[in-house]
Amino acid sequence: MLTIAILLPILAAIGVGLARNVSTGDGERRLQQVATVVAAVPLILLLVAWSRFGGSGGFEQVETVPWIPTLGVAWKVGVDGLSLPLATMTALLFVVAIAYPVDFRGRAAAYLALMLFLEGVSIGLFLAQDLFLFFVFWDVSLVAMYFLIGAWGHGDAARSALKFFVYTFAGSLPLLLAILALYLASEPRTFDMAELIRQQPLAGAGLYAMVVFLGFFLGFAIKTPMVPFHTWLPPAHVDAPGPASAILAGVLLKMGTYGFVRILMSMMPDAFADLAFPLAVLAVISIVYGALVALAQTNLKRLIAYTSVNHMGYVILGLAVAGVVAPGQEAAQRLALDGATLEMVAHGLITGGLFLISGSILTRGGTYEIAEYGGLLDRTRGLTVGTAVLAFASLGLPGLAGFVAEFQIFAGTLGVFPVLAMVALIGIVVTAALFLRMLGQMFLGPLPERWRSLPDLGRVVLGAIGLLVALVVLIGVAPALVLDVIDSFVAPFVAG
Amino acid sequence: MAMGTDMAVMVGDVIPELALLVGAVIVLLLALTLPASRQAWVAWPTLIALLVAGIATVALFGGEERLTFAGTYAVDAAALWAKLFILAGTAAVVLLSVPWFRKDPRHGEYYALLLLAALGAVLMAGAADLKEVLVAILLSSVTGFVLAGFHRRSSLSSEAAIKFYLVGALANTTALMGAALLFGLAGSTTLEGIGQGLAAGGEGARPALLLGLVLLLGVLGFKLGAVPVHSWVPDVAQGAPAPIAGFITAIPKVGAFLFLARLMLVLPEGVDWQPLIAVAATATMTLGNLASLWQDDVRRILGWSAVSQTGYGLMAIVGLGASSLALPALLYFLAAYVAGNIAAFGVIVELRGRTNLADFDGAGRVRPALLGSLAISFLSFIGVPPLAGFVAKLLLFAVAIEVGYLWLAVVAAINTVISIVYYVRVLAPAYLRTPAGPIATLARPAAVATYLATAAVVLVGLLAEPFVAAFSGRPLLP
Repeated sequence: MLTIAILLPILAAIGVGLARNVSTGDGERRLQQVATVVAAVPLILLLVAWSRFGGSGGFEQVETVPWIPTLGVAWKVGVDGLSLPLATMTALLFVVAIAYPVDFRGRAAAYLALMLFLEGVSIGLFLAQDLFLFFVFWDVSLVAMYFLIGAWGHGDAARSALKFFVYTFAGSLPLLLAILALYLASEPRTFDMAELIRQQPLAGAGLYAMVVFLGFFLGFAIKTPMVPFHTWLPPAHVDAPGPASAILAGVLLKMGTYGFVRILMSMMPDAFADLAFPLAVLAVISIVYGALVALAQTNLKRLIAYTSVNHMGYVILGLAVAGVVAPGQEAAQRLALDGATLEMVAHGLITGGLFLISGSILTRGGTYEIAEYGGLLDRTRGLTVGTAVLAFASLGLPGLAGFVAEFQIFAGTLGVFPVLAMVALIGIVVTAALFLRMLGQMFLGPLPERWRSLPDLGRVVLGAIGLLVALVVLIGVAPALVLDVIDSFVAPFVAG
Repeated sequence: MAMGTDMAVMVGDVIPELALLVGAVIVLLLALTLPASRQAWVAWPTLIALLVAGIATVALFGGEERLTFAGTYAVDAAALWAKLFILAGTAAVVLLSVPWFRKDPRHGEYYALLLLAALGAVLMAGAADLKEVLVAILLSSVTGFVLAGFHRRSSLSSEAAIKFYLVGALANTTALMGAALLFGLAGSTTLEGIGQGLAAGGEGARPALLLGLVLLLGVLGFKLGAVPVHSWVPDVAQGAPAPIAGFITAIPKVGAFLFLARLMLVLPEGVDWQPLIAVAATATMTLGNLASLWQDDVRRILGWSAVSQTGYGLMAIVGLGASSLALPALLYFLAAYVAGNIAAFGVIVELRGRTNLADFDGAGRVRPALLGSLAISFLSFIGVPPLAGFVAKLLLFAVAIEVGYLWLAVVAAINTVISIVYYVRVLAPAYLRTPAGPIATLARPAAVATYLATAAVVLVGLLAEPFVAAFSGRPLLP
């Protein structure tokens, strides 16, 4: 069933890509509706998997087919408390993003095919239980995203897309070398994640383990991205079409943080513990730097892009706290890892929504410059409410999803790295300031003459944003819905 | 055992080679007798000869791995697989050539040369003797010189042939001296004999051994397009007839890599050849990639990329003997590389030799299937999963890491990132820009060959298991 959730959109992508007679507006719309329905199937399958989820702490609902047995490679997919929420969030965000109206530039079939393909690949990455398979999905997602940015982006899209591709591919090669080092050290040799977690092949390998750690770290840190490996992110986000930005921020960045937990913390916990404090420092730098640079932005999408750097900093901080050796602080560590994992989900929904909205703002106003807008509250209620709720969620307002996650991360960090928690608080304050200022500039004050006829969000967009907003509120008031599943992974993990 | 049956057994070992030779003779005779308008017909006997050789090769699988013809020729799984790559690649080149040479009034002998060039590569793949390999290399080179210059009126083609010839003549003659030195040291020209002779020779002969080895490596490097005897590759890729450019940059490499592997394995303990190969690999991949960045001609880009690919392949040689993955990695790399290279040059052929980078604007929208093939072959060269090139790179990296050459794997990884830039320089305008006008293509056989090669790139990657399993656990003779 999980296999179908991965392969169906990939195979459907081929069919959609070959679709003919979609050059008319009607044809495009119909094809988009078909693609949306296809995209919803994995979501339903994952919700079924969620309902069957037992919370045993290990991998469940595992499906295995040998692929290259000579090398110990298998098609092996399954879920645990870490991958299930992320995969479900991914499927949901893709349904919304694929349904979202976008300027197809006369190539609707190719656009929708790439999005469906990327959906299958992204879900596959979170469900993969085999490092080889994980890497296949990791690399292929880059290619699909490259074309999405390059062909449907605006501004200097070709250049931004190339920068994105070169950077993240440069990160994927140390990742590949590190995976191979882990593989070669295992006995018998295997790419199977569960087996590698059991074997801990590089435990006590000293310097060699550090080198391998560095390979994984480079791959994940570029993707996450952590300062100073973040420079590919702002141009990619700004020039990508709205739905692709949403996927990039909501899904692709999570691949980095997911890798930290799934591989580094699980397969090399000793090395991770040794390096957890420097990692936490780097995370705090990301938090503060991301927030301060976001504060200086006048471009809406750049602003949101830099808040992503800031939010991913919280996630890494939570992971570092959970991974360090801190006797007696298991409760704090559990809190931090719960929070970090929830933050991955929450950030996907919140920032995904914000990027979708900024795409709509661009199609209406033709610019991302915040200063160009003003007083939109009177004119566009739907747009205002959607942006406001998501912005408040992003800055961590209680009652919304972001708060639950960030609160837990901070509470956990205070127990383990109190000083770093204090410094990181700057990030919260600055983010609050910049979002409030952005909301004020865009939606309050007098409405400039030229926006008098600015249309409000359409039905599809309202539905899409409404769905995300509803989930952000739901997780905010009833976090246990997701946290129970997450904790089934976290509790045994922290207990060791 | 009677002399007669002995001879019959030996002949039975080389039926694929005989098929190519007889095929070449028949093709030549037909070309001489057929009128100018029917010259393209000889493509049929050419394909039949390749098919017969292929069937004969498959029939040899499963037999005992052995040396034949007095220890000069190896019949082992690696050689048989290499032959299949060579024969399949050559067959694809024949299909590419038919429409390409349609307007050439006398090209029948071209196919005879092509068969002999394939024979040269096949002989290299099985060679287990210095004299034998030198003849094989000469056969491959001499036919290659003529084929590269086959467009007699094209100055680019002639220039490519001359450069190819000059570098080749130098490498071939010095290799003779190298072979003589090794013969003098070991008292034998068979690899088996050389291995025993050198092992018994002791330390005193080391300088002469190294000199002989370097001279021999010179000619193998020439066939592989490895630094520092690589300079002909971009010129041939650009100037030779496009199908032949695809042939020469890939097919002889298969044979040369196999003999290089055999030669390295018989060197005695204490001769540290691995660092030498590792340095050559580094120089080859780095120079190939850096030089490729500055080209504005797609065929030159492919030529330099062929140089860099040789560098990656040499990583497998570094691990020979120490890593059980080395031979599977080498064979898998060769399969992926031949398929990718034929697909890429096939696209160029089918686009009627279109090679100026600026002429590719929007080509992806006008010719989606062809440019899709180009994209797949390039992504395979980069090593994007699940294409064949990815599994090849994964195996090559694994070999380097396993034998303690992590730095070489890191160098290869950095090179891979650099290579993205020039592959994307071709692909990005093709997909992201608007087309300038219609794009003419050649007749169907070339498209068929291109799509078959592309399918091979995808399928060999997706269905890697049978290949990896078949390449694993077999010894390389002698």
